Amino acid sequence: MSVHDLRGPVDSRVDRFFDLPPVDVRELKVARSVGQRLWDQSVVRKSVILVLLVVAWEVVARVQNNPLMLPSAMETASALWHGLASGVLLARVSASLSVLLKGFALGAFLALALTTLAVSTRIRRDLLTTLTSMFSPLPAISLLPLALLWFGLGEASLIFVLVHSVLWAMAINIHAGFQGVSETLRMAGRNYGLKGLRYVAFILIPAALPALLAGLKIGWAFAWRTLIAAELVFGASSGKGGLGWYIFQNRNELYTDNVFAGLVVVIVIGLLVENIIFDSVERLTVKRWGMVR
Amino acid sequence: MSIALRKRHVLGEASLDREAYSPTNTSSAVATPRLAVDNVTLEYRTRQHVVKATQQVSFNVQEGDRFVLLGPSGCGKSTLLKAIAGFLTPAEGSIRLDGNTIHGPGPDRIVVFQEFDQLPPWKTVKQNVMFPLLASRTLGRKAAEQRALETLEKVGFGRFADAYPHTLSGGMKQRVAIARALAMRPRVLLMDEPFAALDALTRRKMQEELLALWQQEGFTLLFVTHSIEEAQVIGNRVLLLSPHPGRVRAELGCADDSLHSLGSEATKARTQTIHRLLFENEVAP
Repeated sequence: MSVHDLRGPVDSRVDRFFDLPPVDVRELKVARSVGQRLWDQSVVRKSVILVLLVVAWEVVARVQNNPLMLPSAMETASALWHGLASGVLLARVSASLSVLLKGFALGAFLALALTTLAVSTRIRRDLLTTLTSMFSPLPAISLLPLALLWFGLGEASLIFVLVHSVLWAMAINIHAGFQGVSETLRMAGRNYGLKGLRYVAFILIPAALPALLAGLKIGWAFAWRTLIAAELVFGASSGKGGLGWYIFQNRNELYTDNVFAGLVVVIVIGLLVENIIFDSVERLTVKRWGMVR
Repeated sequence: MSIALRKRHVLGEASLDREAYSPTNTSSAVATPRLAVDNVTLEYRTRQHVVKATQQVSFNVQEGDRFVLLGPSGCGKSTLLKAIAGFLTPAEGSIRLDGNTIHGPGPDRIVVFQEFDQLPPWKTVKQNVMFPLLASRTLGRKAAEQRALETLEKVGFGRFADAYPHTLSGGMKQRVAIARALAMRPRVLLMDEPFAALDALTRRKMQEELLALWQQEGFTLLFVTHSIEEAQVIGNRVLLLSPHPGRVRAELGCADDSLHSLGSEATKARTQTIHRLLFENEVAP
């Protein structure tokens, strides 16, 4: 037992005790200034960045002094105002957005369905990974001629290429998210008798939500790019063109300020969706649950 | 000291509570053990090999037991627990709960894992405790909520019912996991080294609390650990498993060993016995 004897040689140190005087609780907590708390808001910080970018644009445009090549921020704002006031721009935006949302929703749904199927068996997983590695690198716009052949001039062709651009990127993300769900959490869910769709809905989807949301964001960006590009190539059908068509038309007529106004609208919609919709969803879910910072 | 008092205080109610837990009467429980593990051999597959984790392990857990599986790492005790939970199918032998062979995981055997991520982070403490009740369709939403709050109250957690898991410490998360398991009133509660990732002080406190809960609720517990001391403190029966492949080395009663007898000669002697049984084949350091 001497191995377990932990006593060392004789220690001459004595036990010591300290009385702790009470602390003034008010000193432990000091209020932060209004400025600091304002700077904590990401809205404020991002607004400052946007204002600085616009100022830089204005300065460069004034130095260049060539409205045909680079209209200034003020000229673009005025073109934007006229476009909105006449209702043309709003009609274009609503035409684009309605196609975009249909394609995006269908693509997201198909991605979720495909990855859900891939959860259960190896062969379905192989099917998913093979399909994604085949089609994901294929630029959506390269399918447009084929889409026109199959579906003709119209919304269906646009939706087809949109689904293609959204589906594979999202499927890769969702699949990666599902595979990253911890074994403990999986076992906990199965322990309570969860199987099949209920298992996916109650365990895998919430546990993989950070990856799902990343997939949605990427899908959204891909959808916008594809749509604008497709409209540039594809033009309008029966006078119902979208934003891409608006940009293309105005470029042909050398209304560069209108082209910029169209681009600004694309950017603004992107910023709004990212900062209002996606941010709110994240704040209410993954951030609240401590899954992401 | 306070634990000892509490134990004595609730001892009278324990038997009543236990009846509420198990509809089967005690006489038949002697005939049919709550959990019967019969000649179970478990294997797992690696890329190149099929590895035997346990070999022909047999034991019976009676109703109200605190049954501990003890062994060095690599003896397959966690694998055995996973097989009882239904996550693995035995290569040989059978596992029966109340006389029925088990097929796959089910809410009659709730597992408390060692890992803290067993609590879904998207659910609050209360929702976590309600989760198995709802997922297994044991109770409706209202009843589940009430059961959850009652159980959380029992583990002293009522105040934190609306907190999210990521705001809790490791010990608190394990308390929630235990409450979640108890709320289901499983036929057998399976614990896989639930306190191993905790600091020593918290671990000691959790052991006391678990024993106090057992006194109150009288559940049947199967507990996996690699600590001889923890096995003696928690268990009334201890199954010793040999290292790779896991085979039963001994089954001992240790109901007399407790947190308060750790210094006593009898407990020390049993520690020595267990130590010898587990490590006799190894070269002394």
